[in-house]
Amino acid sequence: MKTRLFLAAAVLTIALAPATVFAQSRQLLLYSWANYVPADLLKRFEAETGIKVSVDVYDSNDAMLAKLQAGGGGYDIVVPSNSVLATMIHADMLTKVEASKLPNFKNVAAPHDRPAADPNRDYSVPYLWGSTGFTYDSAKVPGGKLTESWKEFFEPRPELSGKIAALNDQGEMISAAALYLGLDTCTESPADAQKILELLEKQKPSVKIYSSTGTIDRVAAGEVAMHQQWNGASHRARAKLSTAVFVYPTEGLNLWGDNFAVPKDAPDVENAKIFLNWMMDPRNAAEASNFSGYNNAITGADAFMKADLRDDPAINPPAAFRDRLRPVKDCSVKARELRDGVWTRLRR
Amino acid sequence: MIGQRTHKIVQTAPTMVFLAVFMIAPLVLMAYVSVLERGAFGGVAWGKLTGVAYEKLLMEHDLLGNLVFNGDYISIFARSFELAAITSALTLAVGLPTALYMTTLAPRRATMMLFLVTLPFWTNLLVRNFAWILILRNGGQLDRFLQGTGLTRGPLDILYTPVATGIGLTYSFLPFMILPVYVALQRIDPRLIEAAFDLGADRLRVLTRVVIPLAAPGIAAGVVLVFVPCLGAYVSPELLGGGKSLMIGNLIEAQFGASRNWPFGAALALVLVGVLLLSLALLSRLQRRTRRTP
Amino acid sequence: MKRERAPRLMTGAGVVAALTFAFLYLPIVTLVALSFNANDLTTIWGGFSPKWYGVVVANDDILRATRNSLIVAGTASLAGTAASLAAALGLAGAGRWERTLAEGLLALPLLVPEIVTAVALLLTFVIVGFPLGLTSVIIAHTVFCIPFAYYPIRSRLAALDPALMEAASDLYASPWQRFMRIELPLLAPGVLAGALLAFISSLGDFVITYFVAGPGATTLPVYIYGMIRVGVTPEVNALTAILLFVTIAVITVAFLLGQRPETDQNGGIES
Repeated sequence: MKTRLFLAAAVLTIALAPATVFAQSRQLLLYSWANYVPADLLKRFEAETGIKVSVDVYDSNDAMLAKLQAGGGGYDIVVPSNSVLATMIHADMLTKVEASKLPNFKNVAAPHDRPAADPNRDYSVPYLWGSTGFTYDSAKVPGGKLTESWKEFFEPRPELSGKIAALNDQGEMISAAALYLGLDTCTESPADAQKILELLEKQKPSVKIYSSTGTIDRVAAGEVAMHQQWNGASHRARAKLSTAVFVYPTEGLNLWGDNFAVPKDAPDVENAKIFLNWMMDPRNAAEASNFSGYNNAITGADAFMKADLRDDPAINPPAAFRDRLRPVKDCSVKARELRDGVWTRLRR
Repeated sequence: MIGQRTHKIVQTAPTMVFLAVFMIAPLVLMAYVSVLERGAFGGVAWGKLTGVAYEKLLMEHDLLGNLVFNGDYISIFARSFELAAITSALTLAVGLPTALYMTTLAPRRATMMLFLVTLPFWTNLLVRNFAWILILRNGGQLDRFLQGTGLTRGPLDILYTPVATGIGLTYSFLPFMILPVYVALQRIDPRLIEAAFDLGADRLRVLTRVVIPLAAPGIAAGVVLVFVPCLGAYVSPELLGGGKSLMIGNLIEAQFGASRNWPFGAALALVLVGVLLLSLALLSRLQRRTRRTP
Repeated sequence: MKRERAPRLMTGAGVVAALTFAFLYLPIVTLVALSFNANDLTTIWGGFSPKWYGVVVANDDILRATRNSLIVAGTASLAGTAASLAAALGLAGAGRWERTLAEGLLALPLLVPEIVTAVALLLTFVIVGFPLGLTSVIIAHTVFCIPFAYYPIRSRLAALDPALMEAASDLYASPWQRFMRIELPLLAPGVLAGALLAFISSLGDFVITYFVAGPGATTLPVYIYGMIRVGVTPEVNALTAILLFVTIAVITVAFLLGQRPETDQNGGIES
C-alpha cells in the first residue's frame, strides 16, 4: 500500500509535466519580476519579431544583483532599478549596448534620457518609473484630510497610532526619513544616521506592520489607515477603495525608475537590442503601463494609456508635484553601512 | 565480521561523499568568504583577508569612531532561539496527541493520514499566509465566528501580533513534528498502554511513563526538524506578526541582499552553525543517557 | 484487535487530532475558495468567477514553473530518501564517534542557513564549471532533502528493537533479500514519512532554488515570489487548487485500489 501510494505520487509528478519546451533557434532570455512585462505584450513581441521570449524571475533588485555577482546568470535582459544600475555598471556586469543610438531612443522623455546612474544611456533604456509616498484612507482620519507632509507618517496624530503600515525596505524607509529631516538620503554622517534612527524608533510604536508584500490588499481591506506605498500600487488600491488618497509629501519623495539592460554574459546581444528598441515604442510602453499601473518614460505613450491611469495625478504628476520627486541614489559603502546599522538596530 | 563492516561502509559512503562535495566544500568556501573584505559593489574582494566581519558580531564604531560593544546581534540570536523554542513546544503539544491518535488507525488509514497531514504543504507558503491573514484579521472568518457565537466582543485584534506569528509558525511546521513522532509511536503495542491503565495508572502517568519515553526518538527528530528551520522563518513573522523584529535568518539573508556584506553574512552563518552543531551533540548525548537509564 | 485500544487516553487524542485536521485544512479551504475570486487581489473577495482558471491555463510561465517544481521535488525527494535510508542502515550499530561525525554531516544541510547554502553552492557550481539549470537545482535540493528524510528514518530505527534487525542478518545470506524482506518493511513508515517531508520541503523551497537555477529553471515558489512586486493574483490559488484536486484524486484512487479484502486484514508490519 505504501509503496503503491508513493508510486502513484511519482507517476503524478511525471504525468503533470507537459511536453518539454524545446529551445528555439531565436530566443530571448528575460530576467525580471513575474508579470512585470505583461505576458500579452511578450506574445506580441514574439509575433512581430519571431524571437521567442523565455521569462525567469527574481523577487528583488538585491537578490538579482547577488545572484549575478556570484556568477549565476546567462540571461539576455535584466531589469535593474536606478538604485542598482550604477553598481552594475561600475562592477562591469553590463554590456555597453549604446542604447542611446537605438532608433526608438528618440521617444524617451526627459529626465529619463539622462539618469545619474547611466548619464549617456550607454547601458540601459528606461522601462517603468514611479514614486514612493503614502496612501491614507480619508474616511479613517480626523477631519477627512491630512497635510501633505511626511510628518503625518513619521509623527502621526494619536488617533492614527497603531494604524500605520510602512514598507519593509531599508532604502525606502531611510530615504523617506532623511527627506523629512532634510538630510542627505545617502548620508555618510553617523550623527545624521543617529537622528534618522531616533525618528524611526519614535515612530515604531505607531507602526502596525513593516511589509512590502500585499500593500494593495492591506489598504483596500482597511487593515490600516495609512500605508507607505508605491504610486502604482496606490493607484490600484484606490480603484478598490474610493476614499483612499495618495500623498506627495512636500519634503520630497523617492523617484525610482526601472531599466532594461544587457548582462555581460548575455548569450544573444543582438536579440536583446531588438527588445530594447521595441520596448521604447509608445504603444508597447503604454501597454506595460496599463497592465502594471506604473508610468513609462516614452513620449507619445499617453495616447495609448488607459484614461484613469493617465489622468491620475499620482501616476502622472502635475508640474506642481514634479519638484518634490527626488531620484533614488546608489549609496556609497559607508552610507550603506550606516543605513544597515539603523535598520538593524530599529528591529533588533 | 569484516564482511559486515565493509558492507556498512559501502552503504554509508556514497551519501557521505555526496554531502562532503556539496555541503562541506561550499561551507569551506563560505568560511573563506567570511574572512575576506567586502567588495565595493557587493560580493567580496577575493584575496584580501580581514577579520572585520567577526569583529562586527560584537563591536561597532560609535559616533566618534571608537570601538564599542554592540549587543544588537546577540539580541537577534536570542529572540530567534526563543521563537523557535516556542514553536517547537507548540507543534509538540498539538502533534503528539495527533500522532498518538494516528497509531490507533488501521495501517492503510494511517498511511492515508500521513498524506493528508502533508498535503496542505503542497501549497505555497506565501499563499498560505495570505489565507491566514484573511482568517485572522478583524472582520475575518475567526473574528466573525467568535463574535457570532458570543465568545468575544469587539474586534479580535490578533493579526500583526506575536500570537499570529505563533499560529502561522506552528501551522507551517506541524507535519515536521507529527510525522517523526508518529513513526516512533507506531511501533508501540497498544496492549502496553492498556496494561498500564489496567494496573491503575492515571492518564498523566501513562503519558509520562509510557507514551513519551517510547516517542522520545520521534520527539527528538521532530524538535530538530522544527527548531532549526524555524530560525530562518521570515514570511510569517512579517506577514502575520508585523515584521517589527528581525529573525536571524532574515538578518543573514539581508547581508547577501540589501546590505551587500557577504563576509558578515558568512560569519553570522558560521557562528550559527557552530552553536547548532554543539546543541545537536548535546541533544544526542542526552538521548543516549536517557536510553541507558529506563 | 486493532480497534480495542485504551479508550481513556485515546478519546482525548482523537479530539485533538480532529481539531488538528480542522486547523490544517482551514487555510486550505479558504485558499481554494479564493481561487474563484473575481477580484485581482488574493485576500479580498470580489464575487464569484472561474476566470483565474482560464488565466492560469493560458500562462505558460507558471505552468512551466509548476512542471519544474514537480520534477525537482519528485527526483530530489526520492534521491534524498534513498541516500538517507542507505546512510541510516549503514550507521546502525556504528561506533559512537563515527556515528556522531556522520550524523553531524547528515544534519549540516539543515543547520546552514539557506541563503548561505544557496550562495555557496552557486559559487561552487560556477567554480567547477557545472552548468546552471534544472540539474543543478535537483542536486541542491537533494542535499537539503537528506536531513528531512534522515530524521524520520532514524526515529523509526531508534524505536525498533535492535535485536530484530540483527536477527535478520543471521537469517538471510543475501543483503538485498534482507533489505527487501526485513529492513524495508520494518522501516517503511519512517521512509514514507521522510520522503513526504523531503518532498514538501523541496516543493516549497525558494532561496536555494533561486540562486542555483539557470535560465528556464524557474520553479513555482520562485515564480510566486517574483509576483510580489506587481501583486500575487488568485491565479496562484487556482493553480494550487488544481494541484490539490489532482493529488487528492490520485491518493483516493490508490487508497481504493488497495482496499481489497485479502490485504485489508493484513496488518503487515503490525502485530
